[in-house]
Amino acid sequence: MPARGVRRGVDSGAARARSVSPETVVRAILIGGALAFVLFALPVLLSTYWIKVLTAVAIFAVVALGLNVLFGRAGLVSLGQIALLAVGGWIAARFLFLTSLPFPVVLLLAGLLTAAVGTLLGLPALRLSGLHLALITLMFAGVVAIVVPTTNFPNGGSGVLGHTESSLGSLAIRRPSIAHSDEAYFRYTVIVAALMFLLALAHVSAKAGRAWSAIRHSEPAALAAGVNITLYKLYAFTLASFMTGVAGGLYAGNVGKLYSYQFSGARTIDSVSLMAVVLMGGIFSLWGAVVAAVLQQLLPALLNDWFAFFRENPDFLFVIFGVGLLQVLVTAPEGLVTQFPRDMRNLGRLIIKPFRRRSGAAKGPP
Amino acid sequence: MIEVEGLTVRFGGVTPIDGMTVSFQEGTCGLIGPNGAGKTTFFNVLSGFVKPATGTVSAFGENLLKLADYRRARWGLRRTFQTEQAIAKLTVFENVALIHEHSHSDRRARRADVEDALSFVGLDAFERSAVGTLGTGPRRFVEIARAVVGQPKVVLLDEPAAGLPDEQTQHLAGLIREIPERYGALVILVDHDMSLVSACCQTTAVLDFGKLIAAGPTAEVLHNEHVIRAYLGTEDEL
Repeated sequence: MPARGVRRGVDSGAARARSVSPETVVRAILIGGALAFVLFALPVLLSTYWIKVLTAVAIFAVVALGLNVLFGRAGLVSLGQIALLAVGGWIAARFLFLTSLPFPVVLLLAGLLTAAVGTLLGLPALRLSGLHLALITLMFAGVVAIVVPTTNFPNGGSGVLGHTESSLGSLAIRRPSIAHSDEAYFRYTVIVAALMFLLALAHVSAKAGRAWSAIRHSEPAALAAGVNITLYKLYAFTLASFMTGVAGGLYAGNVGKLYSYQFSGARTIDSVSLMAVVLMGGIFSLWGAVVAAVLQQLLPALLNDWFAFFRENPDFLFVIFGVGLLQVLVTAPEGLVTQFPRDMRNLGRLIIKPFRRRSGAAKGPP
Repeated sequence: MIEVEGLTVRFGGVTPIDGMTVSFQEGTCGLIGPNGAGKTTFFNVLSGFVKPATGTVSAFGENLLKLADYRRARWGLRRTFQTEQAIAKLTVFENVALIHEHSHSDRRARRADVEDALSFVGLDAFERSAVGTLGTGPRRFVEIARAVVGQPKVVLLDEPAAGLPDEQTQHLAGLIREIPERYGALVILVDHDMSLVSACCQTTAVLDFGKLIAAGPTAEVLHNEHVIRAYLGTEDEL
């Protein structure tokens, strides 16, 4: 038994497991520092335009996070996440116009009601997986793309739908009272997004996360381990949809006015490209969701800013995503979130190497 | 104790288990037979992956076939698979804790129970290691720890020694012998390694083409002429 051979300090091993490791402390400090920089330095350094872009990055990080958990942890595919974002946005907008409920309460309601819709969307997942589930969820996105132009988004009108065509005088979707300005709303969004990441972390590092890992590994083995597969698959959809619904509420507050063309049939491609960027970012680490959002929201904004060619051909983004996805799937299935730091380390070593050899030669015996 | 009465499984025209009646009393029981004899199918019936055409299985007074598949693990049915199924992405500790979480065991005792199972198999120094970083041998022992954690009643071991070098197989045999007394569970061992079966099992049942051809004390069964014929593939006049 190899384990017996290296068996040392059983008690110290148990103690180590209970205490917080130094790496965890360092990591928490680094994350806290990065968050402080994002919250306090970025709004000062950047123009309003870029702050709005970064607000969108924070919102889509939450959407990507939902898919990251769903696919990366439970192994369930969904190509209907942007449609769920539209559902969350609609629900939030309706409540914001209809009631004077505080913004966080509306976000919670949008999350919970979208979770209910998303759980229904998860029902086919009990029978289907892989390509079939991908197609079914894509069809759901198609259905939303048909419904949205008919119902439209609430814009201050009356009735159940809350939409009025006399939109000249229509109101913007209200923002939280503490975050009217774009800078304040950016901070607000980042904090809500951080809370969503904590929620995801609380799940993936606990019983639910372990159950999802078991299901992703092998369903028969998960059943033999006593995991209620039906329950945990649906729960993955519920959690992912909750996050997406909250993101929908944040999105509504960010843009002020929701238009049906943003979620039209032609835009269902966004749900597909979300899957691509989530895979590119990396599905085995929650940070992959941040990388995914940067790729989907910040990258096109930067390219627009830098190249006239890109402004005229925005769909060129899909070519970049295609090449990027191929690169990741072939060379680094764990995603850019792991690949990029590793490549940078290797590059650093490559640069240092000649210097080290020279100093080594100088130190060597004559 | 497990009592199997007239168990028959059909897959289309194939009958992998044909009217099997057998009881597994206590301790560690062997279940052997040539390839395709129906041993794994029998385990799959117990796990709930395969629905039998006829027959009953009563385990410690519980009608096992009535329980939903995932509830059987909660009831106390544990199993390992021919290809080990430890989850590579999780740590050794998490792999074992997963089983405990879905059993009826007291959650306050989880850490102590998991650590007990890990020290039983000798993996306590590796509890924080990801299973993906371990070799085949340690992974097999993670599976054994998973099988004994959280008050197991029945432990099904499907070729647990597959791919293990000799000295680890001996360690494994010692563990298998210890499970009934230490954890109070009935163990059923399927393996091709006759020395492992004779070393671990007081009683052994032999399946051939889905039929029970012998059962009883291991030494007697292994010298039974039907069993020898079944293994050597001689024409059987039964």
